Amino acid sequence: MVSTRPGPIILLLATAVALFLLMPLLAVIPVSFTPARFLSMPSGTLSLRHYQALLDNPAWGQSILLSLRIGIVSSLIATALATLFGLGIWMLQPRFSAILIGFVLLPLVVPPVVSAMTLYFLMTALSSFNSWVGYDTWLGVALAHAVMTTPFAVVLILVALYQVDRRIDLAARGLGANLATRAVRIIIPNIKFGILTAALLSFVLSWEEIGVTLFITSVNAITLPRLMWMGLRDNIDPAIAAISVVLIVVTAIILAARIYLERRTDSDPQ
Amino acid sequence: MNPALLRKLLLLAPLLLFLGLAYVVPFLGVVRWSFTLPEPGIGQYKALLTDPLVHSVFIRTLRICLAVTVLSLAAAYAIAYVWVRGSRVQRMLAEFCILVPFWISVLTRAFGWLAMLSNRGLINSWLQSAGIISEPLALARNELGVIIGMTHFLIPFAVFPIASAMRNVDERILLAARGMGSSRTRTFWTIFVPLTSGGIIGAALIVFVFALGFFVTPAILGGGRSVMVAELVYLRIFQSPDWGLGAAISVALVLVIGILLALLRRFIKPAHLVG
Repeated sequence: MVSTRPGPIILLLATAVALFLLMPLLAVIPVSFTPARFLSMPSGTLSLRHYQALLDNPAWGQSILLSLRIGIVSSLIATALATLFGLGIWMLQPRFSAILIGFVLLPLVVPPVVSAMTLYFLMTALSSFNSWVGYDTWLGVALAHAVMTTPFAVVLILVALYQVDRRIDLAARGLGANLATRAVRIIIPNIKFGILTAALLSFVLSWEEIGVTLFITSVNAITLPRLMWMGLRDNIDPAIAAISVVLIVVTAIILAARIYLERRTDSDPQ
Repeated sequence: MNPALLRKLLLLAPLLLFLGLAYVVPFLGVVRWSFTLPEPGIGQYKALLTDPLVHSVFIRTLRICLAVTVLSLAAAYAIAYVWVRGSRVQRMLAEFCILVPFWISVLTRAFGWLAMLSNRGLINSWLQSAGIISEPLALARNELGVIIGMTHFLIPFAVFPIASAMRNVDERILLAARGMGSSRTRTFWTIFVPLTSGGIIGAALIVFVFALGFFVTPAILGGGRSVMVAELVYLRIFQSPDWGLGAAISVALVLVIGILLALLRRFIKPAHLVG
């Protein structure tokens, strides 16, 4: 029988790639149970001391709360700006749409290290005339993260918008609805899962952001990745393994939630 | 003001203003640094072209980026094929293996590779306890570790455009080739691969551009010994302060990437960047 299913060779290769992709995530698990003070495989006895260290050392809890706060604020900024922009592109169909979209995707294609330097420049400039938003402040980090995550939110919202049937908007317009009514009552309800996904991805990207954060924080705004970075650079602290296992589990749950949400939209009668 | 223009401003202006003020204007400040620090002139750009240290970093960066691009593309092609054309279970497993690492932070992933590759890591522990080696192999804190870690990070980014191109291939073309007696291998190489070449080029471009600007993975897995150009910028800002050179390298990187993207822009679709 003729089939275009993958043959044995490509299945073997794909399995190797799949193992390669999961391997480092699995390797973290045994390391997190080592009884030693340094990065090593447990030999014989297992220990929960590194998980205990996460609870005992207040720095971990503080950085988690700070990362949550920054993630939520930057995700709100990014999602709001991206939603307005997406609606503008879709509803008004301005000339030069492609150029406008290309422009807002800049932080995505510019190398992270260049974005980091650019935002470092911004933060030091802001710090010179206020102490709220600037270098090494949590609002400054939230603002910088919003710059970095907005392009992702724009892409997700545009993808959602391009699946909306234009005729429902034309119908609303024909019945006399103005722009605001069409946006709020017709279009936003149709892309609400796109907006939610954009908010979730913006949050996750901010939650794990390290490149820019390294440049714009020093001692006050220590986010969770910043704290992990400090533990990774010098002597590797096995508490990093424990926090990594926690992060991997949380990510798996968020991913499952996302897949569940997408399944639900798929089964909604349109 | 006329209402049509006002509407455009209300919807489009907030984000354009936000990025203009928080991103474009400060970038111009970085450009100015590259011409003014430590002294006005184009000295830093001359240094870029003549400094042997900068040169060796450029060459290493290019070498690592090329290796990572080739490896990520090959790996992504294999798993994308199963993700697109496999049975239902195979597709789900492939999707899981692609998306879980994609959503996990670069730091956690780099740390995972340290746990695998370092002297007391998984691989060396196993090999030593099995008696195959007596001294640990140098797998991390060198260029090999950087290539492994970056390939791992970039495979999902290569999968999305390739998988999208594969989904657009009409299955009937493949069936026709098979029906006329072409073997599975021949159909793959002479029909399927050429039909997905747009996705391959798009993926290569994304991977190469991302690899050029990477500094977290090289900093952790390279252990300061195989510095790439982006890490050099970081070091020039924070360790041996030479902001002008850091700024000049940044400007040069943006120019190189801008040219690459402009040349190959028709192969890039924004939707491919978010999975």
